[in-house]
Amino acid sequence: MLLIDCPYCGERPELEFVYGGQAHVARPAQPAQVSAQQWADYLYRRDNTRGVHAERWRHTHGCGRFFNALRDTTTDHFRATYKVGEPPPSAAAPVPR
Amino acid sequence: MRDLSAARCLPLVSASTVLHALPPATRYVLRGGAEVRAAAESAVGCGIPARACRATLEGDRAALWLGPDEWLLIAPEPPPGGLAAGLSEALEGLAHSLVDVSHRQSALALSGPQATTLLAAGCPLDLDTSAFPVGMCTRTMLAKAEVVLWRTGPQVFRVEVWRSFVAYVSQFLGEAARGII
Repeated sequence: MLLIDCPYCGERPELEFVYGGQAHVARPAQPAQVSAQQWADYLYRRDNTRGVHAERWRHTHGCGRFFNALRDTTTDHFRATYKVGEPPPSAAAPVPR
Repeated sequence: MRDLSAARCLPLVSASTVLHALPPATRYVLRGGAEVRAAAESAVGCGIPARACRATLEGDRAALWLGPDEWLLIAPEPPPGGLAAGLSEALEGLAHSLVDVSHRQSALALSGPQATTLLAAGCPLDLDTSAFPVGMCTRTMLAKAEVVLWRTGPQVFRVEVWRSFVAYVSQFLGEAARGII
């Protein structure tokens, strides 16, 4: 079973977690000032990355907390996990072969 | 309110004490920051763990870490006089949430040398004492039900189950026991 390293609880089985979409999507500070296209992009357009993707996960059946993860979409390998509000780690762990 | 969960809990492994329902308890879920945790300790009469996935037990009171800002407090039923009032007083003015969930869930005790094997039938956590020592607790999945699992002894677990899942969980463990014991 895939283990995910919760920043609060440590390594836990995948089935305790729920995927929460792409991370670091910033809401426009002044929604009334942006164009309809920019607002639609914020609401609906997401990256479709092949490779390392920053995404939100929630440890629903554990501590209940949201956190961010860098996951390789081609191998499903979690490169790193980090708490909400922290910057993504630059030196993420290499992919094991 | 009459606690029906014990009645729903069917007799499982005959002539065995592997699994049994624990008596009703008073349960509160406390949410708040570090200052809430510190302020509530004296009112609860039990240390409230700051360390992840740990429980403290002092006398008949227990506090279980469920999340960085969430704890499950357990006391005998009926609630000791002044517990709720003392907590409200201690937490006055602090941003917090204190909810009585006494009747939301029910507790099962699972014990014996096969306890970890039975749990492993439906719980993917590593339950060896090196990874899940005595005093560790966590919310997790047991088969299809969410439970709070607390190791109170090397071969003893307390399983807090939402009351409508008690029959399911006990029957699931009974099924597992039939294949093991």
